[in-house]
Amino acid sequence: MFMPWQEVSLVTVISFIEAVSQALREEMQRDRRVFVLGEDVGVRGGVFRATKGMLEEFGEKRVIDTPLSEAAIAGIAVGASAFGLRPVAEIQFADYMMTAVNQIVNEAAKMRYRSNGDWHCPMVIRAPFGGGVHGSLYHSQSVEAMFCNIPGLKVVVPSTPYDAKGLLKAAIRDEDPVLFFEHKRCYRLIKGEVPDSDYIVPIGKSSIRREGKHITVISYGLSLHFVLEAATRLEEDGYSAHIVDLRTLYPLDKETIVTAARKTGKVLIVHEDNKEGGVGGEVAAVIAEECFYELDAPIRRLCGPDVPAMPYNPVMEQFFMLNPDKVYQAMLDLAEL
Amino acid sequence: MMGDNLDLKTEIKHRLLGLSDQQVLDIYRAMVLARKVDERMWLLNRAGKIPFLVSCQGHEAAQVGAAYALNQSNDFLCPYYRDMGMAIVFGMTAKELMLAAFAKAEDPNSGGRQMPCHYGSKQNRILSTSSVVASQVPHAVGIALSGSIMGEAFVVLTSFGDGASSQGEFHEAANFAGIHRLPVIFLCENNKYAISVPYNKQVASESIAARASGYGFPGVVVDGNNPLDVYEAVKEAADRARRGGGPTLIEAVVDRPVPHSSDDDDRTYRTSEEIEEAKKNDPILSFSRYLKEAGLLDERTELDMHERIEHEVDEATEYAERAEDAAPEDALKHVYALAGGESGDRHLIY
Repeated sequence: MFMPWQEVSLVTVISFIEAVSQALREEMQRDRRVFVLGEDVGVRGGVFRATKGMLEEFGEKRVIDTPLSEAAIAGIAVGASAFGLRPVAEIQFADYMMTAVNQIVNEAAKMRYRSNGDWHCPMVIRAPFGGGVHGSLYHSQSVEAMFCNIPGLKVVVPSTPYDAKGLLKAAIRDEDPVLFFEHKRCYRLIKGEVPDSDYIVPIGKSSIRREGKHITVISYGLSLHFVLEAATRLEEDGYSAHIVDLRTLYPLDKETIVTAARKTGKVLIVHEDNKEGGVGGEVAAVIAEECFYELDAPIRRLCGPDVPAMPYNPVMEQFFMLNPDKVYQAMLDLAEL
Repeated sequence: MMGDNLDLKTEIKHRLLGLSDQQVLDIYRAMVLARKVDERMWLLNRAGKIPFLVSCQGHEAAQVGAAYALNQSNDFLCPYYRDMGMAIVFGMTAKELMLAAFAKAEDPNSGGRQMPCHYGSKQNRILSTSSVVASQVPHAVGIALSGSIMGEAFVVLTSFGDGASSQGEFHEAANFAGIHRLPVIFLCENNKYAISVPYNKQVASESIAARASGYGFPGVVVDGNNPLDVYEAVKEAADRARRGGGPTLIEAVVDRPVPHSSDDDDRTYRTSEEIEEAKKNDPILSFSRYLKEAGLLDERTELDMHERIEHEVDEATEYAERAEDAAPEDALKHVYALAGGESGDRHLIY
C-alpha cells in the first residue's frame, strides 16, 4: 500500500532500450544544454525508438533529424560541445561510425589536449553495435576496440537496463567525449529493475556480477548475459565463476580486473568482437603485467572469429555469434584445467 | 590636411562601406603585422630556430578584411592554419604568435603542443583547429547550431583553402548549415594550389563559390587581394546571417607567393615567372597604394608604422625565444578533466 508520508524509492522493470530513452529524456528535462541529433531520431523516434516521443516533448531545435551525414553529426557535436552545450549524437549503427572517425579521433578526442585545456568536448555518441539480429556485415559490427587506444575518449558498454540508464546519464554529464555502445540484441531482450529516482553509474568502474572462486570470467555487453547463464550451468559441475562486467572499456578499471584475476588465478575473457586486437587482449596484458605469478593457468579468450564481419546467412551468423553453450564449454574447460 | 585631395572613387570605396579612415589604417596595420611576424618566422626557420611554419603571405587582405567585418567580442572563428591575419584582428598579439612559433609553455593556442599557426583561444573566440583540412568546418556549424538552440545571436566564420573544399566534411557541413539556415560564413581562401596540386586538378567547376547554389545559399567570388572587397562581402553575409538569412559561401581569390610551408619547395611545381607574378599581386603593396591615394598614408607615416611593427616583432621574438618550455612531463596533462575542473573546465557561456 502506498503511504505518501513514507520515503519511497520506486523501482520499475523496464527494457534496455527504455532505460536508454529514460536517461535521454530525464537529462533533457534536467539540463537545457542537452540535445539529441542523428538520423531518424525526430519524427521516427529513432530506428530502434530510443528517442520516441522526444520531438513532441522537446521540439525540433533539441531533437534534430540530420541528413545522412555521420561526419557532420560528429563534427557538429564537437563544435556544439566546445561551445558549452551537451550534444548526444546517435549514429544509427556503429558500423557507420567509420565515416565520422576523423571527427571522433582527431577532433573530439584531441581538443582538450591540443588546446592545453582551453577547449574541451563534453559530448556523447550513442551507437547500437553487435550482431545476432540478421544484420549482416554492416549492421552487426563490434567496433569498440578501435576506439580503445585513443586517449581523450571514453568508451562505455552497458549490459543491463540499470547500467544503461546510469551510465548514459554519467556520459551526458561527463566533461569529455564518451562513445556509448549499446548491444542492439539487448534492446528488447534484456529487462531489469531501474529505480525511478535520479542516479548515475560512474564511468571507469567495472562491476562484479557474481562472486565465485574457481574461475574469473571477464566480459561486457550481450556476451555478459551468456556468461551469467553459463555460470548457472557450471554450478552443476561443482564450479563457481567470478564474473566481471567491464562496463567501461576505456580507460579500463585495472584495479577491479586485477583483483578479480587474483581471486581465482584462472581467467577467461569473453567478447563478441573478434579476438585479434580486441579489448580482451588489453585486459589480458594488464593481468599479465600485474599478477602473472598469481595465475594458475594461461589467460584464455573466447571471442568472435577473425573474419571481416558477420555473414547474413543464419547458419554462418550463428557460427560467428557466441552463445551460452560455447561460453559454458570454454568456462568448463578452464575450470577443469 | 591629409585626405583633402581624395580621388572621388577612392573616397567612395571605404567610406561607403561605413569604414572610417582610422579603421582602414587599422586594417592595413593588422595586415602588415601578420606579414612581418610571418617573415620573421621564415627567418627563424631558415636559421634553424623553429622547425616549421605555414605561411599567411598573400592571404593577409582576405583574412584581415574578413575578420574586421565581424563583431570580435560576439562572433566566433573556426579558422585554418594560414589565418594569422584573422587571429590578429580577434586579439592575438605578436608576442602570443611568437610564443606559438617557438612552441613555448605560455603559447595561448596550445601551450606548445601544436605546430605553429594552429590558432585557438577561448578568450579570443577562436576554436582550436587541427591540421586535418576541413575538419573545422562542421565545428563552425555546431557552434552556430548552439546559438540557434540557446537563442543567442552571433555569427561563426570558418575559413579553409581551395584544397579543403574537396573534403567531404566541407560538403556535409555546408549541406547541414543550408538546411537549418544557420549563421555561418564559409570563407574559402583560394590561392589556387593545394600544396602542389593546382586548382584545375582540384575543382572542375568554374568557381568554388558556385557550389553554394547546391546548398541553397548564396556564393560569391571576391578579390582576396583587396581587404575592402572581402570586408564588404563578409559584412553583407554577416548582416544576412544575423537577420536569419542563413549561410554564405565566399571565395576570396588570393595568391600564394611562397611555398605551402617551410618544408615545401614550390620550385619543383611552379615556374619562377608564376611566382614572380604572385609576388607582384602583393595585397600589402596595393592597399598601401590605396591608402596613399586616399591621402591617409605617406612615405614617412608608413615607414614609422613599419618600424613600430618591426620593433613589436623584435620584442615578441626576444620574449618568446627566452620563454620557458613546458615541463617535459606536462605532456601527460589535459587528457581528461580532473575532479575540480583543473583542465580548463570553464564554459564560455553556459
